[in-house]
Amino acid sequence: MLKLILAQGMLGLNNGVFYAMLSLGLAVIFGLLNVVNFAHGALYMSGAFLALILYSYLGVWIGLDDFHVNFWFALILVPSMVGGLGMIIERTLLKWLYRFDPIYSLLLTFGITLILQGLFINFFSASGTPYPGQPESLKGVVNLGFMVFPKYRLFAIVFSIAVCLAVWFVIERTRIGALLRAGTENPDLVKAFGINVPLMVTLTFGFGTALAGLAGVLAAPIYSVSPLMGADLIIIIFAVVVIGGMGSIMGSVVSGFALGLIEGVTKVFYAPAANTVIFFLMVVVLLVRPAGLFGRQT
Amino acid sequence: MNIASSQQAPLLKISDLNAWYGESHVLHGIDLELGEGQLITLLGRNGAGRTTTLRAIMGMVDRRTGSILIHGDEFIDKPAHRIAHLGRIGYCPEERGIFATLNVEENLMLPPTVGEGGMSVAEIYDMFPNLKEVRKRMGTRLSGGEQQMLAIARILRTGARLLLLDEITEGLAPVIVKALSEAILDLKQRGYTIMLVEQNFRFAAPLADRHYVIENGKVIDRIEAGEVEAKMDRLNHYLSV
Ligand SMILES: Nc1ncnc2c1ncn2[C@@H]1O[C@H](COP(=O)(O)OP(=O)(O)O)[C@@H](O)[C@H]1O
Ligand SMILES: [Mg+2]
Repeated sequence: MLKLILAQGMLGLNNGVFYAMLSLGLAVIFGLLNVVNFAHGALYMSGAFLALILYSYLGVWIGLDDFHVNFWFALILVPSMVGGLGMIIERTLLKWLYRFDPIYSLLLTFGITLILQGLFINFFSASGTPYPGQPESLKGVVNLGFMVFPKYRLFAIVFSIAVCLAVWFVIERTRIGALLRAGTENPDLVKAFGINVPLMVTLTFGFGTALAGLAGVLAAPIYSVSPLMGADLIIIIFAVVVIGGMGSIMGSVVSGFALGLIEGVTKVFYAPAANTVIFFLMVVVLLVRPAGLFGRQT
Repeated sequence: MNIASSQQAPLLKISDLNAWYGESHVLHGIDLELGEGQLITLLGRNGAGRTTTLRAIMGMVDRRTGSILIHGDEFIDKPAHRIAHLGRIGYCPEERGIFATLNVEENLMLPPTVGEGGMSVAEIYDMFPNLKEVRKRMGTRLSGGEQQMLAIARILRTGARLLLLDEITEGLAPVIVKALSEAILDLKQRGYTIMLVEQNFRFAAPLADRHYVIENGKVIDRIEAGEVEAKMDRLNHYLSV
């Protein structure tokens, strides 16, 4: 029984990786921009597709059938591309909406979601495509004592914990992070001190979306790459963000991993509840601590 | 430009400054000037437009027109994030603007350098010894006096030469007000140029070279330091509620 719980816990943690990385990006963006980026799921999906395209299609398109951009390159390249796309979206579309009610930017990013999904459905069909580029070194399994666990999934867990810790460190312990925190509290004053806040906003949006792209690459070898993979996830991510506390960095990471774990363990006891337990917890948290577990209560 | 006249020109010269928050027209043609090394005050009742005058200089209003010359350069069209750098200005807002998610040291180091010759951290802790003791504490966990000292200290680090200080004595105990008054005097002796928004006339009077009285977004009187005694009745009338 304990083994079963641990095993499901590990699988749940594996989902938690994606909850944590995506809600972290959402939290960073919401903190500074006050924008609920509905397109986050679609950008995650785009990240997975870009990894797939770089591996399976690019070579064919340019006439070099043996050319594959491998997983490790994709891990660097794709987040830059998705982050770049994010920055273009911010510069050309989002920035005009800051003056208005946040509902407008939410609707805009919802529209972007539909466009991205439509594009990928059009070119790749709605059903999933497996990503064949999983590195050789991460194939196979490791024995954890209580279960055998795919090497790659273990890598994904360790890697994303490292990424989350690194982001936390930058935000809480460096000057760039101090500027970001100050800008989140009082952007006008930070601007008056002489910081180019509009540029900071663009870079922050780019960074948050790059995290979504990174999560997409990490997900590609695990889940099949499909245009709706982000749509399924974004609703859960929103619940994670609400539970952690809107805009709280720590909250989004901790509740991302924790909720993945809880979801997994719930499967052991009552499998049908696994999909709803997160939303049940969200309702409870909203009733008890409306600003979320880590949010500042006002 | 005529070089002779630019050397004579005041450090800051504001003419016909108008400012808006959204649709609401708050400043209706402010005129004032401030010579290098001088200290002026903006006096007036609550809601007169003194804070807005400082915010308009810093580009923190929705719209502004008129002219703001600093060392002869026009600032009215400059983007907000360039103003502190180009004008070597340090701004201390009325609500103090201490960041709650930053500790004292991070708050102190936050504003970027805008010129050479800023005070070193050691000099700042010399001037405000209390801050050194609490330097690892988060911004929210400071007393009002500590917050005010921090808000002033962090703009002294940047090398700013023109300081805009908004109601720095508001809500503080007399002993802290006294410490602040000594600090301002010290800054004046170090050659800083200072614009002070004040309610506390007894605090401001001995420090200032000139007073501007503001009402409904306009300057309604200008009183030199030497005329204060003769015009005390008028001042009391302006400032009475
Ligand atoms: N953010 C704002 N939006 C709209 N009106 C404002 C805002 N801030 C101040 N005002 C209005 O502008 C006027 C001047 O305010 P202010 O400059 O703060 O006065 P003072 O500092 O002299 O007390 C007041 O009528 C005030 O209600
Ligand atoms: Mg005021």
